[in-house]
Amino acid sequence: MLAAVATFTLEGVRPQEVTVEVDVRRGLPTFTLVGLADRAIRESRERVRAALLNSELYFPQKRLTVNLAPAHVRKAGPGFDLAIAVGLLAASGQVPVEQLERWALAGELSLSGQLRPVRGALNAALGARRAGYERLLVPEANAPEAALVAGIEVSAIPSLTRIADMLHGRWTPQAARPAVPDPAEPPPEAPDLADVHGQDDAKRALAIAAAGGHNVLMVGPPGAGKTMLARRLPGILPPPSFEEALEITQIHSAAGIANGRLATARPFRAPHHTISAQGLVGGGSRPMPGEITLAHRGVLFLDELPEFARSAVDALRQPLEEGRVEITRGQRMLDFPANAIVVAACNRCPCARPPDRCACTTLELARYQRRLSGPLVDRIDLVCQVEPVPAVELVDDSRESRSHSSDVRARVVAARRRQLARLAGTGVLCNSDMDARLTRRQVPLEADLAARLLAIRDRIRLSGRGHDRVLRVARTIADLEGREVLVERDIDEALSYRLDAWQRVAA
Amino acid sequence: MTPDSCEGCLRHAFLIAHLAPRIAGLLGSGNRRARGLLGLPEDDLIAAASGRRVQQALSFLDALDVELERDRLAEGGFLALCTHAPSYPARLRDLADPPAVLFGAGRPETVALLAEEPAVTVVGTRRASPYGTEVAYALGRGLGACGVPVVSGLALGIDGTAHRGCLDGGGVPVAVVAGGPDVVYPRRHRSLHERVRETGLVLSELPPGTAPYRWSFPARNRIMAGLARMTLVVEAADPSGSLITAEFAKDLGRCVAAVPGRVTSSLARGTNNLLKDGATPISGTEDVLDELFGVGVRPADGLRESGPAPSDPFLRAVLESAEGNDSVEGVAGQAGRGVAETRAALGRLEADGYLVRRDLGGWERAGC
Repeated sequence: MLAAVATFTLEGVRPQEVTVEVDVRRGLPTFTLVGLADRAIRESRERVRAALLNSELYFPQKRLTVNLAPAHVRKAGPGFDLAIAVGLLAASGQVPVEQLERWALAGELSLSGQLRPVRGALNAALGARRAGYERLLVPEANAPEAALVAGIEVSAIPSLTRIADMLHGRWTPQAARPAVPDPAEPPPEAPDLADVHGQDDAKRALAIAAAGGHNVLMVGPPGAGKTMLARRLPGILPPPSFEEALEITQIHSAAGIANGRLATARPFRAPHHTISAQGLVGGGSRPMPGEITLAHRGVLFLDELPEFARSAVDALRQPLEEGRVEITRGQRMLDFPANAIVVAACNRCPCARPPDRCACTTLELARYQRRLSGPLVDRIDLVCQVEPVPAVELVDDSRESRSHSSDVRARVVAARRRQLARLAGTGVLCNSDMDARLTRRQVPLEADLAARLLAIRDRIRLSGRGHDRVLRVARTIADLEGREVLVERDIDEALSYRLDAWQRVAA
Repeated sequence: MTPDSCEGCLRHAFLIAHLAPRIAGLLGSGNRRARGLLGLPEDDLIAAASGRRVQQALSFLDALDVELERDRLAEGGFLALCTHAPSYPARLRDLADPPAVLFGAGRPETVALLAEEPAVTVVGTRRASPYGTEVAYALGRGLGACGVPVVSGLALGIDGTAHRGCLDGGGVPVAVVAGGPDVVYPRRHRSLHERVRETGLVLSELPPGTAPYRWSFPARNRIMAGLARMTLVVEAADPSGSLITAEFAKDLGRCVAAVPGRVTSSLARGTNNLLKDGATPISGTEDVLDELFGVGVRPADGLRESGPAPSDPFLRAVLESAEGNDSVEGVAGQAGRGVAETRAALGRLEADGYLVRRDLGGWERAGC
């Protein structure tokens, strides 16, 4: 007898439907698995056999053939266990098959017949909804995550026995509750900007970065607070919308780092500088999302930027330009979403001592700064300095003018709203994503201001690209200040953040 | 252009070029200075430098066709002044061993300028600090703008930067190199070498095409010291090739000047020691001009591009506090407003030419 059961696997972070076909017929008792399955799937034969027997179900001593279709897609992971087991039950006539056509299922089996959670349950739910299935059966631990997807019924299944009961109509699972955070419950405490003493300049730069989606470079000696500041950027970005939260959760679920609930905070990823290009943008023989994808809709922090391998930093070109990563492996092409704000940090010079004790020569400086060139630095809109705060100010709490993340976030949200309204219909969501043409159209300057900028250009050797960058940052500053028309101050301030000033290196 | 040199001197110069590798072997790697060797008459030079290959040197001299070489020099547009030529820089004759022939590439009228105007030799370390680089550039530019020829060695670091400043200031640079005047060394200075040739002169005692040797660097230092009225060391460790130049200048009784550096920096030990030994301290173009021409005789004007101080009091306050403050918060604190406004003021001051930005953070006042 033949049965087919639908399940879902991951292609990168996207769901890929797989039909598990099970054929049971008379012959020598064998159990064959075909359809480009990896080791973990081939091992699932043993799990399925034990789970069936331990659930007091019948394991047919017949010739069993399992095919995973489409046969050309490479499949991996233990998530096929449940579909194979249920397919066997159906093909051997132990459960009715009618409902199985309209259901999809995913889950790993333990030898006892209990169900274990899998990666990518949310992705599977999205895939199942798109493919038009009525119901998705997942292990209990995955149910709240999968239930985030509206328009498909998600059932939490504790064990294989329960599935058999359910198909026989002897047991009805309760509808799974989506893992949307309780509005009454306050969101987990994010690090607050007010925890950082001083550093008003860097805080201002971060606010501008958050408001316009600009990438930032922080320059300063070790221990001045660069990492501490960068960690606070997600907290001043607008809270993720439901769609964005779904995207974030989907990626984290696929990577196995989700906590089973809807992401309420934007991710912050800080990979070590020894990371490879593959680790940063994703890849591998079974392509896994890289750090830039894990930071999607959040912040990617690259501390000690000049220490990163050149190949790794250069690999960021495509994600920075297009907001996604494309990985080609064999005949397959995968793409990962990768839209994050990059915050980079470096020292002022290789010796990292204060200027009056620095012993670096211009050659050493030039070498250090050369390591900072390339596609990433071309996409950095703001540079700010982070100097150590004097000890007196660190202990002095009297100067309580420090702004909290929530206040900054409110201004950022307002600035984003202005941008959305202005950029409606252009396909661009924030100022930093505007290309050269859009920049000139969206940031009109009054005649005298344009003339002034033109005059400045030659004096400070501003490149065409640098000019547009200044305009974009000035636009964001004006948005943050609630101005629709740019004033001179906005341009002046934007000029002071630009990076290309020190790109001319003395030889 | 007719090479202005007599047969004897040319023979001598080509002999030195022929013996250059032998001299290098003779001096080994320890004592790198060819003291007195280059001034020896032909026979003694051969005896001293060629060792067992006397015959080879003699046959080289026999085979040397001075007329042919002269034609070749003229063809290449090279200058060749021997000690007997009237236009040979008079100051060089003070040397114990003046170069027999001065080969040059570039504008010949520079030679006349060297006779009219007192030149300044600006030298220093190849591993310059940002401070040294900045000062060398500013001095080169200032002197160039005031019409003082800047002599230097076209090396990495201070030397090249001084020349770059001189060129940017519209002045006439004179480079004394260790190889032939057409040999670019270091390679990185290819374009600078070209610019110097276009506006000034590249000089050498070795004929065109000769590669530089270790000994020829200190040897050319004596020419640099000899050409100028003042030798100015911008930044030098101890020991350093620039100190050799300063020593030559001292031996010639010329003025030796130095730019003070941080006492904690090993890069400034050489210059600070020079100052302790009585060198003239230099803190700007004006000091050099005062020393050369007498106080106030030739003012260093036309250098400051920035106009009068900004009228806005806040901008003035930011300008005052921008220097010496590493952080924007520091500037904001002193000027008494928020960081956003201070940033805007800094951007504006930079755009208006009052401030320049340092390489990785911090601002400083424009002009020097």
